[in-house]
Parts: sequence; structure tokens; C-alpha cells
Amino acid sequence: MQKVFGRPEALADVPTHYCPGCTHGIIHRLIAEVIDELGVRERAVGISPVGCAVLAYDYFNCDFVEASHGRAPAVATGIKRASPNTVVFTYQGDGDLASIGAGEIVHAASRGEKITVIFVNNAIYGMTGGQMAPTTLPGQRTTTSPRGRDPEVAGHPIKVCELLSSLSGPAYIARVSVTNPANVAKARRTVKKAFETQLDGKGFSLVEFLSTCPTNWGLSPVDALKWVDDKMAVYYPLGEYTKVPEVG
Amino acid sequence: MAERILMKGNEAVAEAAIIAGCRCFFGYPITPQNEIPEYMSRRMPEVGGVFLQAESEVAGSNMVYGAACTGARVMTTSSSPGISLMQEAISYMAGAELPCVIVNIVRGGPGLGGIQGAQSDYFQATKGGGHGDYRLLVLGPSTVQELVDLTMEAFDLAELYRNPVMLLGDAILGQMMEPVEMRERQPRADLPPKTWATTGAMGRPKNVITSLYLDPAKLERHNLRLADKYRRMAAEQVRYATHMTEDADVVLVAYGTTARIARAALERARERGLRVGLFRPISLWPFPYEALAAATAGASRVLVVEMSLGQMVEDVRLACGDTKPVHFYGRTGGMSPSPREILDEIVKIVEKGA
Ligand SMILES: Cc1ncc(C[n+]2csc(CCOP(=O)(O)OP(=O)(O)O)c2C)c(N)n1
Ligand code: SF4
Repeated sequence: MQKVFGRPEALADVPTHYCPGCTHGIIHRLIAEVIDELGVRERAVGISPVGCAVLAYDYFNCDFVEASHGRAPAVATGIKRASPNTVVFTYQGDGDLASIGAGEIVHAASRGEKITVIFVNNAIYGMTGGQMAPTTLPGQRTTTSPRGRDPEVAGHPIKVCELLSSLSGPAYIARVSVTNPANVAKARRTVKKAFETQLDGKGFSLVEFLSTCPTNWGLSPVDALKWVDDKMAVYYPLGEYTKVPEVG
Repeated sequence: MAERILMKGNEAVAEAAIIAGCRCFFGYPITPQNEIPEYMSRRMPEVGGVFLQAESEVAGSNMVYGAACTGARVMTTSSSPGISLMQEAISYMAGAELPCVIVNIVRGGPGLGGIQGAQSDYFQATKGGGHGDYRLLVLGPSTVQELVDLTMEAFDLAELYRNPVMLLGDAILGQMMEPVEMRERQPRADLPPKTWATTGAMGRPKNVITSLYLDPAKLERHNLRLADKYRRMAAEQVRYATHMTEDADVVLVAYGTTARIARAALERARERGLRVGLFRPISLWPFPYEALAAATAGASRVLVVEMSLGQMVEDVRLACGDTKPVHFYGRTGGMSPSPREILDEIVKIVEKGA
């Protein structure tokens, strides 16, 4: 009998700790599939963030390094510069990448660092219990914006793809979601392009995933997916923001 | 014998690191150590190495962390306020057991302070600085030659123990020019292979580098294992020098640049017939407690001289116990003591019998 579906080799055969309905798991799987498809598992070095994905090193079957909060792009820079044949990717949440690590991501992008960043935007701090993130939407209630985020007080949400695509360093920047099978398929193609950008030596690549946090949003898994489509994707439009021109 | 060349302390550190096999340098400009990144930016491309000016010390030290993960010989250098920013990565590197060399060319503090030489980062260097139960090997050279030799050795020691090693210099040493010998040097033969490095899991199970242990029992086990290593470091790496302590009635204790000034004071004191000796710790962690106790056994008093408000005094008191008075003379904020001032202090404590 022919096997048509199975666990990617780059994904470890262990249960994850993510909450039911959280899309971190789907995103992990897509990355692992792409690593397998490109045949780079034995060159890959992942960098896990501080946030819900802190244990990502247990879930991927490749070399992994745990970075301190927000510093994954700097750690990735050190790895890639010291060992240029590695295929380096960071996996970062919005608090990690857009708040405490805002400086590191801007400069890694600006340098055109040949790394791939997977940016998981769930508009909240998941791991620490649902505090406001730099990506929390205006009016969104969190434990530290109990009356809803007021941009007058808390500032405006940061649009990471738009911000980074204003720089000259990045080669590929795109925003995707995984709210339905079509979006998942598109996300997979996007992740592949991001890794290919690195493999081709073209420069910095980043894929932003609009992701769910049913636990801290206080929504059912299904409503959480709907909230991504109805609210998040409106503020954070899906699409490709920076593309290296095809050489034809 | 290798040729002797005149070199500035900072540039000598950089060249010594390259000779020792350092091929990755990440840093951020701060006076008084800028000659090091400047030198590295010129030399690293010539030897096939990596030089990168980071956007901050926070990023730079985390780049060191990343490069260390691959098993590369990596160094960063900075000065006091910059080292404060590096404490995050230093704690993580100690926790994840990554070898690297960190040079602190200390300037006066606290805060932005000034740019003149000081020794006021002693507590930060030797007692922690970052969070958690960890230790750094901290070496305090006092001549440019020693700066060179210890920089070279630091790379071996970092790999031997899988731990960051810090060189604690100061602006005076960094800016001073002295003749030095740059001897070729191979890494020592007994260094453990870097089977833990994360360079891609080609033909082996994956490697993971982390300092996260969510289970407290596992974290305690990890800390206890680190403590064993620190004990080994403490037993094996005690370094110090003595000068005329055998018959000394007063023993001066000073390290780094201050030890040179103290030695000049000692010579003037001896001319006056005062029996003064000098004990110079070279390893600041591990501190040479037993050697200091032995060197001061016959003395009636001890005088600690520092360019700080007396941070090393605590370690000296630990070494001497209650056996004799431990005096302190120091200048701070980037001021350095003169031999005359130290001599006056020696005369004062001897005459007053304090
Ligand atoms: C220096 C530092 N500050 C704060 C924390 C606490 N902390 C852990 S996770 C986290 C937020 C993570 O949120 P995000 O990056 O959005 O990821 P998520 O958990 O939502 O996946 C914070 C603030 C920490 N570990 N280190
Ligand atoms: S807290 Fe939120 S982001 Fe974290 S695992 Fe649970 S659902 Fe996912």
C-alpha cells in the first residue's frame, strides 16, 4: 500500500503542549514539511523564542538553540555568520519580535541577514497569560488593556511586514494565515519561498502568520479562526510585501 | 624568540585573539576600547574571519551566543555600560555552557560615568552581574604582555570548561603602549571535542542548546552540575603573583593597573626601610584566598589598593579573617592613586599602628 500522508521527518514524534485550537501546531508542521521538501533537515538550525513556542526545540527534529526574549535574530546572525552553510530560521511571537526584540529584527532585516524568520502574530502575549502585545488590535481586551486597547494611551499596533518592507535589506516578506485549507496551502508555498530565498543567498526573509490564541482571547477554536479572518486580517492584510525581482 | 613589538593594549588584545584562533568578533563602539573593534574590522577579513558591528551590546552579545553555539572561537569587547547590557547574554551563555571570551576595558561609573580607567566593575565581574547561580572565570592582567598571554589562554580555558571567560582590564591598560611578544600559539591538546555544537544534524542526532529547565528538580540538578564545574575551576585556575612578601610587615593587595602603581610605592617604601610586600591576584574569580592568607601570614597589616571604593576588600577580608587589620586606600570615578599617595598611606598605617 502506498503511504500518502505521514509525519514529516523534521517534526519530532512527540505531543506538543499547545492549547486546543492554537495554530502554533499547524505552523510547526508547515515548516517541517518545507524543510523536508527542500532536503535541508541536516543543515537546519532553528532558534526558539521566549513565548508559547519556547519548547519548539523539542518539536523539531533538527539542531535547535533557545534564545533569550527577543534576541533570536541576533543569535541567528551569530550562527549564520559563523557557519554560513547552515539553514537558519527563527520562530518568534509578536511580543518577542515586535516588542522586546524590535531592535534586533529591524537590524537583522536591514543587514539583509541570510536567515528566515517565522513570525507568529496572535495579537497577545500567550505564555504569560494574555497581556497586551504590540500587535493587539485597537479596542481588543487583554489582561493589561482591560477596557480595550486605547491607542491614545497604549499606542498603535505595529504592522511588522509593512514596517520591515520599508527597509532595503529584506529579500522576501509576506503575511499569511492558516484559517482554512486554502490559506494553509498558500502559507506552505510562502514558507517554502522564504527558505528558498535563504538557500539562494538572496537575503533576509520573513513570513508573518496570523495565528490564534483561543485560550487568552476567550474564544472557541472555531470563533478564534473567524476572529483572525474578520478582525486581524483586516488590520493586517495578507499578501507579499517584499519580493526579490525574478531574474528572467 | 619572537620579535618584540610596541603595541597599544587594546590592539594587542585583538591580535592575540586572532593568533589564538578567534574567527568571530561582534561588538559595539564604546570608549576606551574602540581600537579593538577597529583593529578587528581590518584584520578579520584578512584571516577569513567574521567582523560585525552590532546594533547594540544586547545584540552583539547575543550574536556571540549564536556563534558560540556553532563551536567557533568568538570574542566581544566592551566597557562598563556596554558590559551591563551584555549581562543578559552572559547569564544565558553560562547557563547553556557556551565558551566565549569577553573583554571589559573598565571605565569609571556608575551610569554613564566617565572614560578614564577604573576598577569599579569588580563586583559585577566576579559576583555575577547577570541573573542566576553562575560564575565566570575572571582574569585581571596588569601589563600589555600579560593582557596578550591571558587573552590567548582565555580561549582555551573557555573551551576547557565550556564557560565564558572575562578579561578585566581598564582604560589605562587598554590605552598604554608597551613592547610585547606575539608568540604563535596552538590550542592546547586536551580540549574536549565540540560534539554539542549546532551546525546541522548531519549524520547524528539533533543537538539542542538551551538554559531552560522548567522542572525545578532538573534545574537544580543542572545548577548543581554547574557548581561542580565551578569548584573544579576554582581548584585549577587560581593565579596570583607576589613580590617581596616573604619578610613583609605590610602587604599591599592590588590587581591590574593598580598593582603596578602599588609596586612603585613598594619600592619607595623599601628605600625608606619599610618592609612592604605586594600580593597581586591575577584570577579575580577564583580569588586566591589561600595564597593570600599564606602570603600575609607573617605580616601585621594589609593594605588593599584599588581604583574603586573598595570592592576587592571583601575578598581580602575573607582571606585574612580576623587575624590582622585590612586597610583600604582607593581612588574612584576614573582617578588613579599615585605611588606617593600609596606610600603616604603605608606610612600612616605603620606609624599610627592602626
Ligand atoms: C527578559 C524577559 N522579559 C519577560 C519575560 C516573560 N515573557 C515570557 S513569554 C512573554 C510574552 C511572549 O509573547 P509572544 O512573543 O507574543 O508569544 P506567545 O506566547 O503569544 O506565543 C513574556 C513577556 C521573559 N521570559 N524574559
Ligand atoms: S496560550 Fe495561546 S498562543 Fe499559547 S499555546 Fe495556548 S492558545 Fe496557543
